[in-house]
Amino acid sequence: MHLLKLVFKNTFRHKLRTSLTILGVTVVILAFGLLRTVVSAWYAGVEASSASRLVTRNSISLVFSLPISYKEKIRQIPGVKLVSYGNWFGGVYIDEKNFFANFAVEPKSYLELYPEYILPPEQKAAFQRDRKAAVAGEKLATKYGWKIGDLITLKGTIFPGNWEFVLCGIYRGRDKSTDETQFFFHWNYLNEMMKVTAPRRADQTGFYLIGVDNPDLAYEVSVAVDTIFKNSLAETLTETEKAFQMGFVSMSEAIVVAIQMVSFVVIIIIMAVLANTMAMTARERIGEYAVFKTLGFGGWHIGALIFGESLCIAMMGCTIGILFTFPIARVFGSTMETYFPVFHVAMKTIYLDIAASLLVGAVAAIIPTWRAINVRIADGLRRIG
Amino acid sequence: MMGHKAPLVEIKNLSKSYRRGNQIVPVLEDITFDIEEGEFLALMGPSGSGKSTLLNLIAGIDKPDRGMIKVAGVDISRLSETELAQWRSANVGFVFQFYNLIPVLTAFGNVELPLLLTRLSRKERREHVKTALQMVNLSDRMDHYPGQLSGGQQQRVAIARAIITDPTLLVADEPTGDLDRVSAKEILELMGRLNAELGKTIIMVTHDPHAAEKARIIRHLEKGILNASAQARL
Repeated sequence: MHLLKLVFKNTFRHKLRTSLTILGVTVVILAFGLLRTVVSAWYAGVEASSASRLVTRNSISLVFSLPISYKEKIRQIPGVKLVSYGNWFGGVYIDEKNFFANFAVEPKSYLELYPEYILPPEQKAAFQRDRKAAVAGEKLATKYGWKIGDLITLKGTIFPGNWEFVLCGIYRGRDKSTDETQFFFHWNYLNEMMKVTAPRRADQTGFYLIGVDNPDLAYEVSVAVDTIFKNSLAETLTETEKAFQMGFVSMSEAIVVAIQMVSFVVIIIIMAVLANTMAMTARERIGEYAVFKTLGFGGWHIGALIFGESLCIAMMGCTIGILFTFPIARVFGSTMETYFPVFHVAMKTIYLDIAASLLVGAVAAIIPTWRAINVRIADGLRRIG
Repeated sequence: MMGHKAPLVEIKNLSKSYRRGNQIVPVLEDITFDIEEGEFLALMGPSGSGKSTLLNLIAGIDKPDRGMIKVAGVDISRLSETELAQWRSANVGFVFQFYNLIPVLTAFGNVELPLLLTRLSRKERREHVKTALQMVNLSDRMDHYPGQLSGGQQQRVAIARAIITDPTLLVADEPTGDLDRVSAKEILELMGRLNAELGKTIIMVTHDPHAAEKARIIRHLEKGILNASAQARL
């Protein structure tokens, strides 16, 4: 108890130096927390994936479509519970900077496959009833100030023209990891327009979404789907939703690795800064440590004083850093919503913050402690006066 | 006359040297003498004569190259660092020239420090500290930090810290070296009282003849060699 009190008093003997070091740790923990959250956000789609959903696409590339006629064949495969389908629409709202994910989907089966999109029953019914109806996530609706009944026009990039929709529903995410920035409308609306404007693109879908009875059957069903369409004009590639999402993430893996490396480099930098602070501190107090040793205090007491002070500084910086991480992540997340629809500071990140701070505090104290313990008492006492 | 009791400190053929670069500098050479229990000994000599080194060896904060030091029957030259630390905490009280108080602790906290290594309860520690501070006339300053005390008061706190564990031996290295004349006199009187009233064995290093006058025996060191004759005072 007395040692703890002494550790705390020692920590603030050089208020400016300690405050600046704590500020340094705070900034690093904040940066580390934000960078880790960016990495988590990158994988948010993967995290939100369900083990009982499969995605079937054209085996050549996502750019190529699949005939709508595949739907019934897929539905007949043992283990398949539900089949939905859709297209990446790629429309923009007013101009290019207002970009968000928008899909043409088959409303009934799609909402059944995604129970994490929570929609009031009357809005769900309205969405299924009206061919021009659309549904938006709550964050997206809030961002653009949309209300139920609003007429929304998207400018098609893949499917040219101005596309008008009536907002019939605003969904909320069931889980924290659910993306609330998406926009869905009827695949039939898109298909009928295609029949008129570009008949060769009609009756084609970008992907199939398959719900399986049992996640353990995912592999067998995937193989069965791809076997059926082998040697056809549009061969398929079926994979779990997680693997499908990972495919997107792996395209930008180099960036993710770079962010992860930077997050660890900042930890190493603050380790050096804190080690320097502790080295200065221990050097100044060599005489005091000699007095402690003279009075009979052992090496572990001296070690406890130095390690305690180092950990105290690191943990204070860590605590302030963590407290700041949440509001700053909220601001950052809302600013970068287009790129990171799900931007939450995960508990794992907080545990990593704490672990990193403990590591920094402990490593920074090793050399000063070793020096303080090994200096001869007579030499230490000579430094006083 | 000291009777037939064994001396408290027995020193035989003690030598110590330091290495400075490639050179070995002898500091103490073949020192042999005894210190009786209840003695107040002043070690005098010019700077560099080895008196502080001798004091450090007797107090167990340094180890000799050769020879033997027995304190209360324990050959401390054979103890390991850990054993020496335990021995020091139980048997030796230290008073330094520059007081060496911990600046972030109050007078009370500084005096209490050696007791943290004992099994005494918080209440018992408090009682002991109060008594020690009373003995050095600083009961009213127990909540003051070293920076709020004069040099003389700081040295009295250091003496309270030195006697708090009731050690066998009290060692003082130039205890008045950093004090004005009045404060120095107070400290020497206090040490004299500890010796006369409580029977504490005191070894004091000084090069101040006025300070040495308070001791009952004065021994001189010259270039690491102890003068054969001891000057006894009544």
